[in-house]
Amino acid sequence: MKFLQPTTLDEALAAKAEHPHALPIAGGTDVMVELNFDKHRPAALLDLNRVDELAQWAPEDGHIRLGAGVSYTRVIDELADRLPGLAMAARTVGSPQIRNRGTVGGNLGAASPAGDSHPALLAADAVVEVASVRGTRQIRVTDFFTGVKRNALDRDELITAILIAPSTGPQQFCKIGTRNAMVIAVSAFGLALHPERRRVGTGIGSAAPTPRRAHGAEDFLSAALDDEGLWDSRAELPETLATEFGGRVRDAASPIDDVRGSAAYRLHSLAVMARRALAWAWHDYRTSTSDGRA
Amino acid sequence: MRIQMTVNGVDRTADDVWEGESLLYVLRERMGLPGSKNACEQGECGSCTVYLDEVPVCSCLVAAGQGRGRDVRTVEGLADGPDLHPVQQAFVEAGAVQCGFCTPGLLVQTHALLATSQRPSDAEIREALAGNLCRCTGYEKILDAVRLAADRMAVPEAGP
Repeated sequence: MKFLQPTTLDEALAAKAEHPHALPIAGGTDVMVELNFDKHRPAALLDLNRVDELAQWAPEDGHIRLGAGVSYTRVIDELADRLPGLAMAARTVGSPQIRNRGTVGGNLGAASPAGDSHPALLAADAVVEVASVRGTRQIRVTDFFTGVKRNALDRDELITAILIAPSTGPQQFCKIGTRNAMVIAVSAFGLALHPERRRVGTGIGSAAPTPRRAHGAEDFLSAALDDEGLWDSRAELPETLATEFGGRVRDAASPIDDVRGSAAYRLHSLAVMARRALAWAWHDYRTSTSDGRA
Repeated sequence: MRIQMTVNGVDRTADDVWEGESLLYVLRERMGLPGSKNACEQGECGSCTVYLDEVPVCSCLVAAGQGRGRDVRTVEGLADGPDLHPVQQAFVEAGAVQCGFCTPGLLVQTHALLATSQRPSDAEIREALAGNLCRCTGYEKILDAVRLAADRMAVPEAGP
């Protein structure tokens, strides 16, 4: 096995071009498990820890450009005000030790249907920036997941950053597991209110072959909030609306039975989580200032 | 491959390291530091917690090569010679050790908690130690030990 250790992004892209089978490793929280259990023996490891460009975040053209190698701990400590949904999801990842190492870029690279950051990224309409020696391209996160643990990366590409608009309204994240730490989600749900464009964003985790948005639920709720003038009145949300939203989120999922939970439980829990997340977010919206911040 | 790093303040080198090996394996099997324990090998149990450049991590999930040139501090590096660190002393006195397998990881993680939070609440302690499993104690004595260490280490607040 080769161990490739670039120190710049250019070197990293050159290494990936030369060794397309090299497995990128950042925090190691997925990759090392596979190596330790001998489930996977890649021809080469491509260590991205020393590539400084990947470990930075900065505001850029109205969004946050989150380097693929920024740890969950830093997302929580440094970005909870601007990316609240992602920070909430980050708090549910593993344990402090795991959050110190794990990265959003790594989560996207693994592309697990249960990846904790994915529902929050979907709800916020994030964009994944990927690069190769051929250039850089941007992929909407909705288009990024192509199958179970598969993503839209070409063999010579690396994930360089995630572009996320700072929140303009309340965001929520819910995750079901057997305890509050160290669990792979049985099911998960992310919600973002976008009052400035009168839209609602959603993300479903662990309840379909890929993380996915609940488009029907988004369209339904966005239209209902508009029709009833609720974005402006900030009046109480009719309970029937929240329940119907939950039902439509559930209808967007296509879960399986597995060791962590049954398909039926996943569907039920999604309906409940979506309804609750909306109630919490709407409460925050009603009690927040005009820029949407609670 | 050759791995050079600083471990507990000492420059260390290991040769013939396999590229897929973990930092934990290097520490235990190549550098003679068996304090960090090898249990789950998947980041679930926290027994292998060490500082990597002053950040607590599961050393089973760090590739050996990722440790190159970096600063590692293991449980063996907490005591000052024969004098136990207050966290270690508190674990002894509070009876927070039974079989002892999880203890090194808990010591490092508690050390890290008390470096940033002088008087952690019970909720903060539970959150900080959420990734360290103990199958003997039921955690109550461990919580006692963390509180005891925090009391002893806290800098008294300045008077008026």
